[in-house]
Amino acid sequence: MSARRADRRPGWCRRLWATPTGRFGVIVVALVLLTAAVSLVWTPFDPQRTDVPNRWAGPGWPNVLGTDATGRDIASLLMAGARTTVVVAVGAGLVATLLGLALAALGALTTRFVREAVAVLVDILIAFPVLLIAMMIAAVWGGSLWVVIWSVGIGFGVNVARVTRPELRRVLHSDFVLAGRASGLGTGRNLIVHLLPNVAPVFIVQLSWGMAVAVLAEAGLSYLGFGAPVTQPSWGVLLAQLQQYLTAHPLSVVWPGLAIAVTVLGLNLLGDGLRDATDPTLSRRRGEARVHVPEVVA
Amino acid sequence: MIRYALARLTLLVLGLFVASVLIFVTLRLLPGDVAQMIGGTSATPAQIAAISERLGLDRPWPVQYAEWIGGLFRGDLGRSLVTGTPVADELARKAQVTFPLGALSLLIALLISIPLGVLSAMRRGHASGTALGVGAQALAAVPVVWAGMMLVVVFAVWLGWLPAQGFPRSGWSDPGTALRALLLPAITIGVVEGAMLLRFVRSATLQAVGQDYVRTAAAKGLTRTQALLRHGLPNVGLSVITVLGLQVAGIVVGAVVIEQLFALPGIGRMLVADVGARDLPKVQGELLVLTAFVLVIGFVVDLVHRAIDPRQREAA
Repeated sequence: MSARRADRRPGWCRRLWATPTGRFGVIVVALVLLTAAVSLVWTPFDPQRTDVPNRWAGPGWPNVLGTDATGRDIASLLMAGARTTVVVAVGAGLVATLLGLALAALGALTTRFVREAVAVLVDILIAFPVLLIAMMIAAVWGGSLWVVIWSVGIGFGVNVARVTRPELRRVLHSDFVLAGRASGLGTGRNLIVHLLPNVAPVFIVQLSWGMAVAVLAEAGLSYLGFGAPVTQPSWGVLLAQLQQYLTAHPLSVVWPGLAIAVTVLGLNLLGDGLRDATDPTLSRRRGEARVHVPEVVA
Repeated sequence: MIRYALARLTLLVLGLFVASVLIFVTLRLLPGDVAQMIGGTSATPAQIAAISERLGLDRPWPVQYAEWIGGLFRGDLGRSLVTGTPVADELARKAQVTFPLGALSLLIALLISIPLGVLSAMRRGHASGTALGVGAQALAAVPVVWAGMMLVVVFAVWLGWLPAQGFPRSGWSDPGTALRALLLPAITIGVVEGAMLLRFVRSATLQAVGQDYVRTAAAKGLTRTQALLRHGLPNVGLSVITVLGLQVAGIVVGAVVIEQLFALPGIGRMLVADVGARDLPKVQGELLVLTAFVLVIGFVVDLVHRAIDPRQREAA
């Protein structure tokens, strides 16, 4: 039974799991999600409970990773901070999806004039660094997690559009879409039934990389004071708070940075793995030749 | 080439226009009245009207926009709301920190990524090649600010070789001290940027290895390494140029965060402070200058790439 079910898994799932890097990506992302979920019901300590006599405890028991300047448990703060990371990644992902698909659809399915205009606009917007978009938003509405979600969502939505648009146009001219139209499907239904599933792989890969950017941006913007509010457990906020004691307690700063780096690495590798697993035309050697150069955000 | 350059120039001008409009409009979406914000809660309506008039906020947006752009051509980026000093002067002063920092970072990134990237491709399948590849992948995932903190701990706190923070008040009149102050921040940005570039160089090299001309050269008696160095490397160089624009954008962004961490009086730190203080005319000028810089570098990189890549020339 279970073997038969395993066989029915789509081919790309198996291919993703087959590579060590893809597996690492899947496991890391699953762990972060699990940690965020568990932290809703249980953390070793209340993440915001201060315990001044016990401040700067070293790693050990019961404070596995030690405590901070006010005696808060760093492990608990990291667990609760995973929630912020998930919220930011998913939020930025949603904005990027909606914006990217809308721009791609506009750039692929409308009249020639609109298509060209959207293509030029995307070419222009792609050059805008995410952090500068974030600064612009923060200057007007002040710092919050929304700054991170919107700036990365907009910045990456443009990336999604650039990659998805040609794919959408390619699929648009394929026989099955034509057949769909011939058999009476309207543009909207054709889009949902035939076009979107076929561009999904390209698009999910972008999304995975975009979420990595979101996690980095949260760290950087929270450090600059334009991200999560200081009262909210977040890896970026924790990094910023512990930085003030960098010279006296360097070890404590290691943990939030490590959490961010491993999560970003997991998302990047998941994206790489998905790209290789979902592209049926990809030979092994060409896979080596294609590398995505992510933007430094924070 | 000329036709390409003109088309690319049109895109650049269009890009600058879109950027300026986006920045202008976004910064005017501020909920509430800017004049009210400057005047504070105790200001009388007459005082607020006076502030509004002084800043030109009472005029329609297109007029304000035209004045802003007109000022740009005269080298006038506006004045700070808080201190009243011209934005252009302060930018020019702070660029003396940010520009050397960026150039040094880029140099370090290139010095790390090109030799190690080629090496990791040539040692592919060996432990050293894999280690370089994995190391670069991991390093590229590190937040720049955290990398900076770790380097401060090692090189400033433990070893005491370099200052942990700050820039000499005397500026570049004492070049040695100034350069020492910039070294650790530049290494931080350079290492993280370099890790990303390394992966790119590695893949470009791997691609070159598979090309017919490298195989032909090897067949004519060159060793694989000689063939790659002589015939493959120019192509690797060309590929690196294509991502250089992205790298410069990354360095600009890295500088914003890193100047904060190292307390360097540069453009990035100025931007962060002004965003925090909501000094909108200043933020408007700074954002435009930084965006324009990134766009112009992209333009130059594209032109250079076009000019030196023979395949691109023929295609034109």
